[in-house]
Amino acid sequence: MSESKHRSPTSTGFDTLALHAGQSPDPTTGARATPIYQSAAFVFPDSDVAAGLFNIERAGHVYSRLSNPTNAVLEERMAALDHGIGAVVTASGQAAMHLAVTTLLSAGDHIVSSRSLYGGTHNLLEYTLSRFGISTTFVDPRDPAAFAAAIQDNTKLLFGEVLGNPGLEVLDIPKISAVAHDNGLPLLVDATFTTPYLCRPIDLGADLVMHSATKFLSGHGVVIGGVVVDGGTFDWMANDKFPTLSKPYAGFHDLVFAEEFGPQAFITRARKEGIRDFGACMAPMTAFQILQGLETLPLRMQRHVSNALEVAHYLEAHALVEHVSHPGLSSHPDYELAKEILPLGAGAVFSFELHGGREAGRVFIENLSLFSHLANVGDAKSLVIHPASTTHHRVEEQALRSAGIGPGLVRLSVGLEDPRDLISDLKGALRAVERGLSGKS
Amino acid sequence: MRIDINGNEVFYGTGSGTPSDAANTLIFVHGAGFDHTIWVMPARYFARHGWRVVALDLPGHGRSQGQALTSIAQMADWLAQVIDAVSPNQQASVVGHSMGSLVAMSLAARHANKVQKLALLGTSAPMPVADVLLNAALDNDQAAIDMTNTWSHSARGSLGSSQNPGVSNLHIGERLLQQAGAGVFHTDLAACNGFTADGLAEVKQPTLVIIGDEDKMTPPRAGLAVADQLPHVQQRRLAGCGHSMLSEQPNQVLDELAAFLPS
Repeated sequence: MSESKHRSPTSTGFDTLALHAGQSPDPTTGARATPIYQSAAFVFPDSDVAAGLFNIERAGHVYSRLSNPTNAVLEERMAALDHGIGAVVTASGQAAMHLAVTTLLSAGDHIVSSRSLYGGTHNLLEYTLSRFGISTTFVDPRDPAAFAAAIQDNTKLLFGEVLGNPGLEVLDIPKISAVAHDNGLPLLVDATFTTPYLCRPIDLGADLVMHSATKFLSGHGVVIGGVVVDGGTFDWMANDKFPTLSKPYAGFHDLVFAEEFGPQAFITRARKEGIRDFGACMAPMTAFQILQGLETLPLRMQRHVSNALEVAHYLEAHALVEHVSHPGLSSHPDYELAKEILPLGAGAVFSFELHGGREAGRVFIENLSLFSHLANVGDAKSLVIHPASTTHHRVEEQALRSAGIGPGLVRLSVGLEDPRDLISDLKGALRAVERGLSGKS
Repeated sequence: MRIDINGNEVFYGTGSGTPSDAANTLIFVHGAGFDHTIWVMPARYFARHGWRVVALDLPGHGRSQGQALTSIAQMADWLAQVIDAVSPNQQASVVGHSMGSLVAMSLAARHANKVQKLALLGTSAPMPVADVLLNAALDNDQAAIDMTNTWSHSARGSLGSSQNPGVSNLHIGERLLQQAGAGVFHTDLAACNGFTADGLAEVKQPTLVIIGDEDKMTPPRAGLAVADQLPHVQQRRLAGCGHSMLSEQPNQVLDELAAFLPS
């Protein structure tokens, strides 16, 4: 990037936004923390204001499925952190993915997606949405040309994860977004593994971002939630591919979202249709708990990244480990790309393959004590899972292999513990594998 | 809605209204580098209350064709043509924000018979623009957008706490300016900078001036000075509000407009 001779005013830093964006002290009570507005509905001062709220003439809240003041703080904070124009929070990460897709696509439409995905997303795209007439072609996330080649006349969306699951392929967002835009299409990116602290896909060319807020955004592992962030970057009226935004919507008095709302078209329709009608909204208590996590996101992500890299280096040097897949290691095929688009680190979720296949994986996991064996990532506590028998158990073997998942692959989500304790735990489990392989009890 | 003015297609939002032939016409004029979408909420309100809403994209802005006009007087003369094209009685009330308020003032001075009422939001006459901003805009540099966006929000508004659930007003403002065509923002700023208050004495129509107490682009004293020179004026001050009053305090702005422009 060439250096500008003009100077921008200093913008508010990420750490400050993580604490303050979207919220000011409660004007009625002075409460400094975000209050939990545990109310299903909100009183209208008069019937004209009520009509105005329904007709999007006034800002405010009607009913907590549509919006809620606690949720709105989380939404605005996520929009600020992701450099988006707005966000909608959802009941889960899956609900966020569903909301993003169904706001744009209808029966007969098509998605081109990375094939290295969270198993739940793969299920949604491959099996469930196809029942409703939305089909998906899966391609190699490292091959922008494959994305281009898979685009059909009815393609409406390109999709990928910043870090593929569980292979940790780094999505070349600038190149894939260029492919999308050259074809008049938006790019949706799942940034769950990186959070806005490590990667802001909108700055790299993506148009829409989704997160499972259950993971690093929360950090505490006590809630389920999701969020969709709209970059406000895509011109939905530039072609005729997006009638949900560029044509009159009978479900809202023939409102043409892109015409009236401009850069806010997508997120407005997502709220006024998707959340209204599918109803996968977030509970305000959940939003409050995610906000508590977000306050320490920068500090936590720094520690997650440094701990994960230390653990990855340890494993890479161990004789029982066949290979480690972490984009922060020079052995990873995307190491250079990761340095470019993830300069603060390549996250804390990574995988490795043990010598000894499925049985070695089983022994290893069962002999860990600090690492918890469960189906989640992004907790403050370290986690471990065997994808072939859990998150990806519905994926056929051939698809599994093409996603880079071997029978003995183990995935770690490295937490915030003392890294010496984590390595000690891993050492003990590896010793157990060693004893098993050599036939000793 | 689209009309033709001087061979160029002009786009305007209607607030989803279907006005009767007898409806009064209400025109909204956006500020420098922006487009009609900043008016989405008041446009929808006045449309529902029976007005013929015309939320314009000025030439070269948003979805309107043509080159951006280079002076406020040119914009006012163009707006007079728009009124002739859209209003059955060739009259309208006009609401303008920032540069749009100058266009409204100039229209009222140059084409007094076309204007019923004026609402001036975030206004100043003259409206000098700092060289550092003009120069950055001339180079289509992101710094111009950052300066405008930063200076257009109050201290509170820069951190958010939007009345409109789930939106980041800061980034909406940034995106609108980024989507303006090359040179458009500078042309607008230069037009503001070249505006003189000479015609202000000719403005006789009932006028509402809305001032943001934390406005750094058109400071409160400038708005008050405009109000002081108008014979039939109401002034309203919004506490804690910056220049981007339509996004920072949309409900308060709407309440003031609704009281001034009864259905």
